[in-house]
Amino acid sequence: MIGKWLLAYHRGVREADGDVFKALADPTRRKILDELAERGGQTLFEICSRLAMKHQLGSSRQAISQHLDVLINSGLVTSRREGRYKFHDIDTRPLDRLTDRWKPSENKEL
Amino acid sequence: MRIHVTSVLVSNQEEALRFYSDKLGFVVKNDVPISEAGDRWLTLVSPEDPDGVELLLEPDGHPAAKPFKEALVNDGIPFTSFLVTDVQAEFERLRDLGVRFVQEPASMGPVTTAVLDDTCGNLIQIVHMNQ
Repeated sequence: MIGKWLLAYHRGVREADGDVFKALADPTRRKILDELAERGGQTLFEICSRLAMKHQLGSSRQAISQHLDVLINSGLVTSRREGRYKFHDIDTRPLDRLTDRWKPSENKEL
Repeated sequence: MRIHVTSVLVSNQEEALRFYSDKLGFVVKNDVPISEAGDRWLTLVSPEDPDGVELLLEPDGHPAAKPFKEALVNDGIPFTSFLVTDVQAEFERLRDLGVRFVQEPASMGPVTTAVLDDTCGNLIQIVHMNQ
């Protein structure tokens, strides 16, 4: 049972890592993270505006919305609703796991 | 041909009048009863430009209006934009009057913008051009 749980757990972690790598592979999504790192709590409109006005990335609202979904699925972005508004924030915690993976560690348990 | 009126669809004309005059600082240009239901032809102008384009506070009673407004607000989209001298100063003035901002001032290339809630179902952008 323990072995099965570990297998399942490890596959889950690896898949989550894959989502993070996939999310980071796209330059527009990295720009979204840059902008959310500069200031949290942005609406979809603010993110679209920043990409268009600061970076000349004139993607459609639908395209940015889909990029945000990828980022949310990877755990790198969270969305929260306050009344009628929806705000987005960056969450860098999934990044920690990525880099730890290849770091030498004497006590690392497999 | 010239542009003389632009509309915001408001959930309540009297509340809208309070917000757009008491908070934003516009002044009434025309206020004419137009229906037995109490709807008015209610337009405001900027005191900086009293002969300029009028803002019509238009009832949002059409069934398509509310879903349209809600979808815009959900994505944080301001349908209407007003020019100000200094977005940061205007943000501070309005915030102190209790106005809710969903986007605080941000410089974006050629413009600085902020987005506020008009309490009548709309988001409004204020903007100035960066020098």
